[in-house]
Amino acid sequence: MNYQPILSVRGLSKYFPTGRGWAGRTGQLEALAGVDLDLHPGEVLGIVGESGSGKTTLGRCVLRLIEPSSGEVELEGSDFLALRGRDLRRRRKRLGVVFQDPYSSLNPRMQIGRIVAEPLRAHGIVPGPEISERVSELLELVGIEPHFATRYPHEMSGGQRQRVAIARALATDPELLVADEPVSALDVSVQAQILNLLLDLKREKRLAMLFISHDLAVVERIADRIAVMYRGTIVESAPTASLIRRPLHPYTQALLFAVPSVDPALRRKRVRLRDDLGPPGHAVHSCPVAGRCPIVQDVCHTEVPQLEEEAPGHRVACHLARDQTG
Amino acid sequence: MLLSVRSLSTRFEANEGELWPVNGVSFGVAGGETLGLVGETGSGKSMVALSILDLVPSPGRIVAGEIEFEGQDILLLSRAEKRRVRGGEIGMVFQDPAASLNPVYRIGDQIADVGRLHRGLGRAEAWRDAVHLLGDLGLQEPEKKARAYPFELSGGMRQRAQIAVAIAGRPKLLIADEPTTALDATVQSEVCDLLKYIQGEFGMAILLISHDLAMVTDVADRIMVMYAGRIVEIGHWTAISREPRHPYTKGLMAAIPHLGAGPDQPLGGIPGTVPDLADLPAGCSFHARCPEADEDCRAASPPLEDVGDRLCACYRVERAR
Repeated sequence: MNYQPILSVRGLSKYFPTGRGWAGRTGQLEALAGVDLDLHPGEVLGIVGESGSGKTTLGRCVLRLIEPSSGEVELEGSDFLALRGRDLRRRRKRLGVVFQDPYSSLNPRMQIGRIVAEPLRAHGIVPGPEISERVSELLELVGIEPHFATRYPHEMSGGQRQRVAIARALATDPELLVADEPVSALDVSVQAQILNLLLDLKREKRLAMLFISHDLAVVERIADRIAVMYRGTIVESAPTASLIRRPLHPYTQALLFAVPSVDPALRRKRVRLRDDLGPPGHAVHSCPVAGRCPIVQDVCHTEVPQLEEEAPGHRVACHLARDQTG
Repeated sequence: MLLSVRSLSTRFEANEGELWPVNGVSFGVAGGETLGLVGETGSGKSMVALSILDLVPSPGRIVAGEIEFEGQDILLLSRAEKRRVRGGEIGMVFQDPAASLNPVYRIGDQIADVGRLHRGLGRAEAWRDAVHLLGDLGLQEPEKKARAYPFELSGGMRQRAQIAVAIAGRPKLLIADEPTTALDATVQSEVCDLLKYIQGEFGMAILLISHDLAMVTDVADRIMVMYAGRIVEIGHWTAISREPRHPYTKGLMAAIPHLGAGPDQPLGGIPGTVPDLADLPAGCSFHARCPEADEDCRAASPPLEDVGDRLCACYRVERAR
């Protein structure tokens, strides 16, 4: 058993400058506010949150598709943020990425085979003559018949395109896959197929994954651990079963209740988040969820709750979670 | 019945030949009822909605059938009368609120315009109604929101604003086509609650269209499942959700990720993809993906028949005597 995390993130923050206002004043939006996480080999970490929670920014900072403002990202114990140029490219081939929208993430003018071959060529992984053989293997791995290699993306369905995007991500045999809402743009029936494919890859290839989604029911299927994000911070993180059965944070509870159920007995009124978002960005002296929390207390407006361990592996940032359990 | 659709067929002529996205579809929506229409992308469900409004885009054409709304065949109305029905008698909500709201008009004006056009309200009265509707739909500070432009609102707020536009004419029927698909899970459930609320508050009938059977089950009174242009199963929501009987409906149900299943549990679902409408297989169009298909299914297309507590189009389901 390897105890060294494959990915280790500490205090990761990202600020975006906001529009230039009157007299050239600029502001900052804190999209990511000091996130810590560890991902071990073969482990799938689910990152759950709504739009604007910073989950996509987190994925992109880890890949250095955008540069974080501060914090550390270590890949297998070595500093990933310090790498430049060729070293960065060489390291990056160990990372795969799948985006939400298979309609915009595949070049419409390239045949499927070329799309999957591109990372092989770019990183010189396979000698030229063997490329087409490797492409066939990859397509078969994701459930696409190799003769589709000569087709163009527009000739394929959304699910098939997402399979192609996964094949491309796996071409370099990565150790870590960042999947950002990989099934959200798909029909429920196709979503199930793609999720099952990712589950197979998790089992067979022992692939570590950062699985980003707004849908807890989807994440539960594949993740070993889940981190819930809100406004750039992790508010709760726990092993999957623990988080689903005993969510401690009111925000996580609301996310759980948002999942519709087809069981007639469960068609019911749900726990609601309040609408009061307050100003965007991370408030300095209050809990980020305070404006929407159904059980908010005075302390929530004066003190930022820290992420603390409440049960083995179950960490939560809430002043009131303790009271509930204690 | 508020709306009766009988033997509706909509045809497109394409290079590959004729497509029938709606192929002999019959159903009704009673006043104040929510009918859920479920199917995958390409099943023809959105084309049913556009056909009801007689808005099928060229080169498509309604080639057969009747669409009776409050006793009148919509297809026989004059252009002016159709315009009165659209937005007035029948409201419409689309998937993407960002695309259907006008970006350069204030939210309140867009809602008030509908009230002025379809209900003959005065300017001030229509504005008051718009503010009232926004408040009713759960937006805080509705007066401020009414003066906002669409880009100033979040996705969930925009979807509420779009619903306000759709119901500002106090339609008797609201058609909602994938109203939650582009939204976060939390906002999805809010929009579902909102649909239930306006149905109760305004006594409106709703035709709710989605690929997401779980969402539809949460809101609808009856559920209708479409595949390749035909209805394959239709019945009360409790019957469909407790015991789906058409193999396609069973597959859709199995594809829903339920909470609490535990990690590493593969989902059920439906193998393969929706067939090309220009190249449908002979017999039942679902047979190639159906785990229960046999010779009969490959030979002929099963009719929609009474099987007891619902209608179902499948040779493998025993019909009622």
